[in-house]
Amino acid sequence: MKMTSKTLVGALLATTLIASPLYAAGTHPSTGEALADNQSFTYRLLDEHSSVDPQIVEDTSGADIVRDLFEGLYNQDADGNLVPGVALSHTTNDAKDVYTFSLRDNAKWSNGDAVTAGDFVYGWRRLLDPATASPYAWFGELMSIEGASAVLAGEADPSTLGVTAVDDHTLEVKLTASLPYFALMTTHGSTFPTHQATVEAHGDQWTKPENIVSNGAYVLTEHVPSERSVRVRNSMYWDNDNTILETITSLVINDENVALTRYLAGELDKTDVPAGQYPKLNAEYPDQAHSNPRLCNYYYTFNMSGNGNPAFDDVRVREALSLAVDRSVITDAVLQGGQFQAYTFTPGLTAGFVTPDVPSASMTQAERDAKAMELMAEAGYGADNPLKFDMLYNTSEGHKKIAIAMSQMWKQKLGAEAVLANQEWKTFLETRGNQDFELARGAWCGDYNEASTFLDLLDSGSGYNDGKFNSARVDELLTMAKTSSDTQPLYTEIEQIIATEIPVIPVYHYTRVMMLQEDVKGWPFENIEQNVYSKDLYVVAE
Amino acid sequence: MLNYVIRRLLVAVPTLLILIIICFYLMQTAPGGPFTSERPLPPQVLANIEAKYGLDQPHYKQLYNYVVGIVTQFDFGPSYQYKDRSVNDIISQGFPVTLTYGFISFVVATIVGVSLGVIAAIRHNTALDYIAVGATFSAQALPNFVMAPILIYVFTLKLGLLPGGGWNGGQWQYLIMPVIALSTSFFASVARITRSSMLEVLNSNFIRTARAKGLPETTIIWRHALKPTLMPVVSYLGPAFVGMITGSVVIDIYFSTGGIGRFYVNSALNRDYAVMLGLTILYGGLTVLFNLLTDLLYAWLDPKIRY
Amino acid sequence: MGMVKDPERVEAIADNIADAREVKGRSLWQDAMGRFVHNKAAVGSVIILAGILLFTIVGPYFAVWSNEEIDWARMANVADVGQPSYENGHFFGLDSIGRDLYSRTIQGTLTSLMVGVVGASVAVVIGTLYGAISGFVGGWIDNAMMRTVDILIAIPYMFVIILLMVIFERSLIMLFVGIGLFSWLDMSRIVRGQTLALKHKEFIEAARAAGVGWFVIVVRHIMPNLMGVVVVYATLLVPGMIMAESFISFLGLGVQEPNTSLGALISDGAGTIMYDQIWQLAIPLTFFLTIVISLFFIGDGLRDALDPKDR
Repeated sequence: MKMTSKTLVGALLATTLIASPLYAAGTHPSTGEALADNQSFTYRLLDEHSSVDPQIVEDTSGADIVRDLFEGLYNQDADGNLVPGVALSHTTNDAKDVYTFSLRDNAKWSNGDAVTAGDFVYGWRRLLDPATASPYAWFGELMSIEGASAVLAGEADPSTLGVTAVDDHTLEVKLTASLPYFALMTTHGSTFPTHQATVEAHGDQWTKPENIVSNGAYVLTEHVPSERSVRVRNSMYWDNDNTILETITSLVINDENVALTRYLAGELDKTDVPAGQYPKLNAEYPDQAHSNPRLCNYYYTFNMSGNGNPAFDDVRVREALSLAVDRSVITDAVLQGGQFQAYTFTPGLTAGFVTPDVPSASMTQAERDAKAMELMAEAGYGADNPLKFDMLYNTSEGHKKIAIAMSQMWKQKLGAEAVLANQEWKTFLETRGNQDFELARGAWCGDYNEASTFLDLLDSGSGYNDGKFNSARVDELLTMAKTSSDTQPLYTEIEQIIATEIPVIPVYHYTRVMMLQEDVKGWPFENIEQNVYSKDLYVVAE
Repeated sequence: MLNYVIRRLLVAVPTLLILIIICFYLMQTAPGGPFTSERPLPPQVLANIEAKYGLDQPHYKQLYNYVVGIVTQFDFGPSYQYKDRSVNDIISQGFPVTLTYGFISFVVATIVGVSLGVIAAIRHNTALDYIAVGATFSAQALPNFVMAPILIYVFTLKLGLLPGGGWNGGQWQYLIMPVIALSTSFFASVARITRSSMLEVLNSNFIRTARAKGLPETTIIWRHALKPTLMPVVSYLGPAFVGMITGSVVIDIYFSTGGIGRFYVNSALNRDYAVMLGLTILYGGLTVLFNLLTDLLYAWLDPKIRY
Repeated sequence: MGMVKDPERVEAIADNIADAREVKGRSLWQDAMGRFVHNKAAVGSVIILAGILLFTIVGPYFAVWSNEEIDWARMANVADVGQPSYENGHFFGLDSIGRDLYSRTIQGTLTSLMVGVVGASVAVVIGTLYGAISGFVGGWIDNAMMRTVDILIAIPYMFVIILLMVIFERSLIMLFVGIGLFSWLDMSRIVRGQTLALKHKEFIEAARAAGVGWFVIVVRHIMPNLMGVVVVYATLLVPGMIMAESFISFLGLGVQEPNTSLGALISDGAGTIMYDQIWQLAIPLTFFLTIVISLFFIGDGLRDALDPKDR
């Protein structure tokens, strides 16, 4: 009798273990940590994203969601290195202008259809098709795909694009130029595949939870605009067995202080740290507060187009203003989030980039101030002839504080009067885009982890060069860098030209400062692009 | 009276049309457009977007198509900012939210405000008056953008009693703090107007006559003083209700309710023309409706008023 | 024999009558003034408001820091060293960027007082006149005037503000224009409502019967009787104007840094209550509340004083 009950109990136990979700009170397959029963993750969004259509999404919060719902050729691991996504590997020719990707054969859409190379072809054509009206179509052009420009201009049919599905599991891409870092760009959301039948059946509404078909680790189950978005495990995902988190909820909370309050109350697992609060939070919750480098810069740009402030035509004035900014005050007293002082335009931690030595970086602030005052006097400005100019920034608490700090530095040290003006975002973009400013704020986040994503902004023909900086040498260097195998000397020279001509005042390089509950593991802190894949996260048991 | 109502409703149509036209031209004149972005669109893409949404047509044609779309299919157009939503989607999701907490706040503010005002007036210059008026000062001292974060701090973080935001289909726990924050902004004004109006009424001749006749105070208040007192209160409540429903941006921001107040501000800042127009029409329609209701209420409160 | 028995006495009486005719009667406004002056709370509030105004004018002479200088040494840990203190010259403490709250509060209060006065004045003058005319004249004119108000209420004034800023450049005048544009709308509705009730009263009928023109009736008979409601609503408007100004500045039209206003200070202060910087909210809020309370008593006093019924 005893034996039977023991066997019975044993059998029952075994059945329960097999039947229940794989990781309930289980352990992590590689690290062996004990996992919590409740594998859910709730985090804060600053504002409602515009879409989760991979070819249309344009903001970072939307991109995070798209990365969970869809999967591209490659993903990134916690350190930012490429790992297989839908593609297992790729080969390229010597000229590095033809790339061939081998896709896995077990990738599936959430409705059971297989993911094929044709889905990528459809997605990439869709990206460049003017009819899609994608705000990221320029990225397709940037990828230098053959025929991209013609398709985008509406002169050629999307089917002429240089992407072909050789067979269901082989994707071939032809480029117009040699691009050694092309594979890096396939982690970007706009290159993800889309399910043709769904898009054609539902049109603009295909991304609604009831219609959407996706190939990522999660599917969208709920979306209440300006309130929340919920995604849940996609059991059709090829790597579903290794996905641990069950549910991810994004809550839209506009005010960062309220978000922090709710985080501390336990309603959120992750939120952003308001400016200036990191030191205190780090002291009180050292395991929850994190500050990690991010691939973005922050700068002020002079209007060099000719209709700006004539005082700015004098490079001494520009240099004086740039030198007089005490960047340590901004990073250590205003922001206090571990940000990096910037003397170059490109963030120092960009992959493959070595920050060149620029003279101002190695001076002390006292030396900089002295030089600045000297330059201003030389240029003819002083107490009797104060420099006066407009300083434009877009409405935000953070930008306001930095602008105030900078303007006060200039006032105290140089007697210069910066008239502060804030405008709401769209008006700001119009004003800056029309060169209707004297000194305006700017910031740029890299689209891929390589210096050209930043330096291309200063190309005289670039659509994002609102200051209209024009240097033939910089243009030349940037073109050379596209095909060169050793870009560092070229980038160094560009940065040095920037440091001498001073079309912009680099202020700081970003960090991502956040609070993350201690029991959430797997966060890619070292990935400077901060590309998070929820399938790599997990919650450990208390 | 029915004639009057019909006439007013008929007049509402040209009123709304004029409103649409003014708003449309205002939006077109403001700098920036829905597709102005940090990474400017290539010209062909921009041309395509504009063709897709009909933005390349002359203004009068766009207006015409818009109005026809509303009248024939009740279609208020697509959102340029939220690509998979139409204006109808946004309003049908957000309006019930705002209406729910707005209506409840309105009822609370009116009941509390009128009661406080009446009490303060009846017991003029006594301790009750001072307490009631003091309560209105406290309410006015805490504008809703100050009160909202304080409420969340106290009830969610310190006491752990209520969720810090969200809507979740409108369960009661999610309603409490928004209603508190919104109603306190209004009950102060309601109370003060009621108090001042009642003080004036209580001094008038017919009340003095009623008192001289020996009528009990409660009868005097309820049957004789209240109706005339409510005239200015009703004038205030009409636009106040509409304001509470459409102007509750602060509540939406702090409590993440997903209501239309936030969409209204966002659509202006994002130049999301169709959403802006749609919400303006909603706002205008409600204003017209509530002004009609208040005018009808005047007639009930004061029998001498006739239309 | 003469008709008058005692010519001297008659002359004396005649002189008296002449004198009596010359005794000046007191006007209604003087009556009102008298009543107001006896209302201790109202007078006290006027004194307090005057005191605040005086403070904004005289206060800067005692200021150690200007309203825009950043205290570089203390800006990094405002929560610890930014409290109000006499020794370091920051009588009201620091704001979150490290600037002196004393000077900023002074400058902000002055700006907000101006905003409040302009907004309330526009509302009282334009709103009362508009609403009274509309309510009194009635008929289709009333309908047209009120529907215009409906339209104006419904127009998204954010666009108007943005347009004003783009066309006219930002300045304090533009801020007043922006505020004045919408402050009178609600007032006109309330006034119209009261007018509808008033116009059927006997004394108005009497004036009409006496042949007084409609405009004179509106100005001399209706409007004084509206004063109670108008005054109370105007005092309620001022805090609303102060808060509305901070939203307008957010859009970029209003007061620009380094200048500030009470609305902006309260807004900033509300964001830091979690971080042990309560004074940043408490001090501007105290000023705001004092203004609100003073206006209430003044409003009450004015209403009592102007109430035409004998007490």
